Amino acid sequence: MLRLPKFELRTPTTLEQAIEWLEEAGPSALIVAGGTDLVPNMKHELFTPELVVSLAGIAELRGIRRDHDGALSIGAMTSLEEVAANELVRAQAPALAQACSLVAGPQLRSMGTLGGNVMLDTRCQWYNQTYFWRQALGFCMKKDGSLCHVVAGGKNCVAAASNDSAPALMTLGANLEFESAKGARETPIDELWLADGIRNKKLEHGEILTRIRVPPVGTGHRGAYGKLRDRGSIDFPLLGVAVRLDLDSAQRVEHADIVITALAAQPKRISKVVETLRGLEVESPEFASACETVAALAHKQCRPLPNIPGDHDYRREMVPVYVRRTLAAAAARSGPVHHV
Amino acid sequence: MARLQLRINADLVDADAPDHWTLLEVLRYRLGLTGSKQGCDKGDCGACTVLVDGKPWLACLTLAASVQGRAITTIEGLLPAHRRAGGEGADPVQEAFDRCGALQCGFCQPGMMLSARALLNRCPQPTREQIRDALSGNLCRCTGYTQIFEAVESCVAEAVGAKPDLRSWEAQLAERRGKPVTP
Repeated sequence: MLRLPKFELRTPTTLEQAIEWLEEAGPSALIVAGGTDLVPNMKHELFTPELVVSLAGIAELRGIRRDHDGALSIGAMTSLEEVAANELVRAQAPALAQACSLVAGPQLRSMGTLGGNVMLDTRCQWYNQTYFWRQALGFCMKKDGSLCHVVAGGKNCVAAASNDSAPALMTLGANLEFESAKGARETPIDELWLADGIRNKKLEHGEILTRIRVPPVGTGHRGAYGKLRDRGSIDFPLLGVAVRLDLDSAQRVEHADIVITALAAQPKRISKVVETLRGLEVESPEFASACETVAALAHKQCRPLPNIPGDHDYRREMVPVYVRRTLAAAAARSGPVHHV
Repeated sequence: MARLQLRINADLVDADAPDHWTLLEVLRYRLGLTGSKQGCDKGDCGACTVLVDGKPWLACLTLAASVQGRAITTIEGLLPAHRRAGGEGADPVQEAFDRCGALQCGFCQPGMMLSARALLNRCPQPTREQIRDALSGNLCRCTGYTQIFEAVESCVAEAVGAKPDLRSWEAQLAERRGKPVTP
């Protein structure tokens, strides 16, 4: 039985109230959205806050709308299930809808939120364990210790970004809106990340992610998400591949982007993708062979570490497979790519 | 210690519990509703599944105070709700699980039945694929799932007036392979 450590819980109904309480309490306070990641982490004593501020009662943080400029604006507390099923999201951001549909299992998708998934803590098989387990091993540098059990003699934490929504949002060029006592701030999701598994986000205490904005796309937009995991449900990704293709009126690739997650502390954008695919018609044999080239590029650029469960050599060999399949799915307006 | 007011199975109940207690702890150790099981206690197994506003929800990861005012259904509430709606016997999902022998140890069953109930409420005639998806967050260590999926299908068949197909998987496999079905 896993008990939570003691804390005080507050459930504000307005954003102002939440910001005020967080500001008052300082760094000993934490925000909880759906709780599907933070609650088990607190049970494992990875976090032992004095105050927990639940955002569940703040109505303004929920809902999906299309803004005047055509951008999708998704409230951070919108459930993953709702994002996955929403018609606007499915039409304008298919990769995001697919990614959200593959997060964990049904219960966790009705509890978990898009904002919570974006702000997910990094994961590592030496970190996401009970206190007893971690103590027996002498802890690790991410929590309570100084060693890294993944890379012998390693100086940097390599816990893996494991959020399915993040790579999809990166291919979509999404912006994140934060609010804090200092006011509002908007940042492209690409600029959120730090290459540090201990703390992989540029974030100040008291900042609350309020909305996720996905810019409008053209009619030739295609997107898909591929996820590798042991079981067909519940598990975090062993590999997550988000693909974006933008086609012109002749079905030729104008723009392309691939971002892969569950490798290291931040999602990784594969380079030279657009250079390889630009100008090719998606149903041509040239496109198919260029996809092979892109898959080989991804294989070269991605080196999974033994940071999350699953053999890392296997995860690496699956990189080109999932890149190729997810590209094909995006081109064919299908997806998600999932082995079960 | 806080005084919580929860809407559980159509009743308004008061419970005293510290802020850091989960909904599962309040259900089991304050209210005596032990039908919701404590399995992994960290969101993997689905044994603690309840319905919150009709959606499947893991009680072991829910801070009790954060679901005040929302409609919570536990396995204890399925039969009374069915009877209140004018039904006879237990909830059709419970009857079908019984009819199909969709259990061995029974530990996963409350969560399975609530996930199935949530599915049938939003989609009364699901395909096998949809049933598999909807129950994919509930682990069963005994049955191999076949009878569980059959129970949900049997429940749907009963609702649409078709005869529930209770054939074993061996009979169905044999038929698919074109071999005669042995009794």
